[in-house]
Amino acid sequence: MTETNMAVRSRGVVSETRHLLFSVMPGAVWIIVFLVLPSIYLMAVAFMTNGPYGQPQMPLSLESFRQLAGFGFLGWSPGNLYTLLRSLWQTLLSTVLVVIVAYPIAYYITTCREKWRPIMLLAVVVPSWTNQVIRTFGWMNLLAPGTPLSDAAQALGLIAPNMGLYPSNFAVTLGLVYNFLPFMVLPLYAAFEKLDTAQVQAAQDLYAAPVRAFWHAVFPQTLPGLLAGTVLVAIPAFGMYVIPELLGGGKGMMLGNLVANQFAGSANWPLGAAGAILMLIATFVGLYAMRRIGKRLGGGEEVVI
Amino acid sequence: MTNPMPAPEVEYSDPLDDIRERDEAMPREASSIELKGLRKQFGKDTVALDGVDLTIEAGEFFTLLGPSGCGKTTLLRILAGLEDPDGGKLLIGGKDVTDIPPHRRSVNTVFQSYALFPHLSVRDNLAFGLRMRGESAVERQRKVAEVADFIQLGSLVERRVDQLSGGQRQRIALARALVCEPNVLLLDEPLSALDAGLRGQLQVELQRIQKRLGMTFVFVTHDQDEAMVMSDRIAVLDSGIIQQVGTPSEVYEHPVNAFVARFMGHDNLFAIQRSADDWVDTDLGRLQLDPAQQRVEQQGWLLIRPETLELGIEVPPGYNRLEGTVRERLYRGSRIEYRLDINGATLMAVASNLGQRLHAVGDRVTVSVCPEDLVRVAA
Repeated sequence: MTETNMAVRSRGVVSETRHLLFSVMPGAVWIIVFLVLPSIYLMAVAFMTNGPYGQPQMPLSLESFRQLAGFGFLGWSPGNLYTLLRSLWQTLLSTVLVVIVAYPIAYYITTCREKWRPIMLLAVVVPSWTNQVIRTFGWMNLLAPGTPLSDAAQALGLIAPNMGLYPSNFAVTLGLVYNFLPFMVLPLYAAFEKLDTAQVQAAQDLYAAPVRAFWHAVFPQTLPGLLAGTVLVAIPAFGMYVIPELLGGGKGMMLGNLVANQFAGSANWPLGAAGAILMLIATFVGLYAMRRIGKRLGGGEEVVI
Repeated sequence: MTNPMPAPEVEYSDPLDDIRERDEAMPREASSIELKGLRKQFGKDTVALDGVDLTIEAGEFFTLLGPSGCGKTTLLRILAGLEDPDGGKLLIGGKDVTDIPPHRRSVNTVFQSYALFPHLSVRDNLAFGLRMRGESAVERQRKVAEVADFIQLGSLVERRVDQLSGGQRQRIALARALVCEPNVLLLDEPLSALDAGLRGQLQVELQRIQKRLGMTFVFVTHDQDEAMVMSDRIAVLDSGIIQQVGTPSEVYEHPVNAFVARFMGHDNLFAIQRSADDWVDTDLGRLQLDPAQQRVEQQGWLLIRPETLELGIEVPPGYNRLEGTVRERLYRGSRIEYRLDINGATLMAVASNLGQRLHAVGDRVTVSVCPEDLVRVAA
């Protein structure tokens, strides 16, 4: 009796293991083929030497990282460092601006009647259904010299006469804010929607003036949404290629453009790979920081990722 | 985790015994409330309050009772300052507070949904009002510890709100309001989300707390039993108008109109066809009544409370005598409900279960009706 039980159980375990293996397999294969192997390849390329035609070749060296740090034939130049700092600054600035714009939008949508909310959310999301390149070209047309916006900026003395608002770092920031707005509105909306309005009234009932009621009762509860939105905005913004390429001009380059150029124009794969690794590391550091903040705020509850 | 609530079968121990001394060192000032012609309208044609005049005494347990949509919650929200009246005046403690925002009123609310802050611990929830009022950390700590003790949930203060049971949340919501020592405490159906057993316990507890603290309580409910158990006085509302204000026995035994009578749970209402000072004609036939007991002059309805009827006894002199047939019998344990057919009209009667012989369906019975128990009710 016991023996058969054991046999049945062990057979059960075997079939369970096999079952698990089969169900995990497709995902695992996918991740290995499309994520792990390319990453290893990228890593390998970063440590190779640049050949005469831009192809990676032996021997292994740290040359590409030297170049990335700014050392070239003519000694050290700050170009790459500026690009890195510009990427960080553009990411920070655009994320902060996105929060400032998205927060009231998300709040406003929650105050609308229930039947209007999906439509409002759709209105936020629909522009992102158009190709990013096309939308960015749209901004080029809006910000180019001779357009009303540029004329207005000239009249206000913000830019030199006969200049446009594009190409510039300003145009890149604007493009980033515009592009990533939905990614902040949606998680914030989700956070607002969960909020019980009676809590705001409770705060007021407990001697909190409206501003303090917001700050102590509402804002803390939207932090998880804010963090999720920040991750969704900041990380892709940091690696953004199209927007700085089209709106930035030579002085608006970001890390993504630096990397892309090494694989296309100036053809230096090892340098491009090293740049990609730098981006990856920066992203992980950012994610880790977010996770720490999220944990602290959530009181042990997982907030993001 | 020990259950903070005493089990129902255990003899009830007064949770306030041990804090009595401290409590007396903490005098509170109860406030009276005066409403003068208060009006509130939502949209074009939803009148929530239609000119409400009402005085609530300091230290009173006052209940606003009515069906949903009668305006009772709107009235409470106006007291809290969460809703602005369209017209009329509100005085709390003799001061006109009609235009004072909620955060500057010495009034606290226990919300129906409790509205506890999920991002804060129980301790921070309890301290919220004190903190917003700018009390020092030392004061806050002392008062929070005291109130947590008071509601016997001292062991829970470190927890998150979502780790609490419904009954515990209810007590925390109450404590969060009480700790601010308001002059008036407002309670918006605070017990409606709890199961019957717990609700019964908390009814008793709330009433004790109110008597102990001497605070003015304004309690909103749609449950007439709850209202009667707890209140010093009850205001019955319908369609934004106060129908009747009185003690529980006044409202139950002498409802002024058919709405109040029905809402208080009365089924035995009979249209009055003809009447004089000391008799009425209804479908039941002619009944003598005691003119001294009549507070309503108009003709309208005759109210017969089922529990005042006596079945199958020799009719005492001076009593009305009715003859009928038992159509239905409901055995409720402590009492028995009979549905009687009297000359084609239906009369409900309730008898305490004293071990007497029960009347069976189909039995002919004699019903004795004391004239003093008959009440005329306006339409």
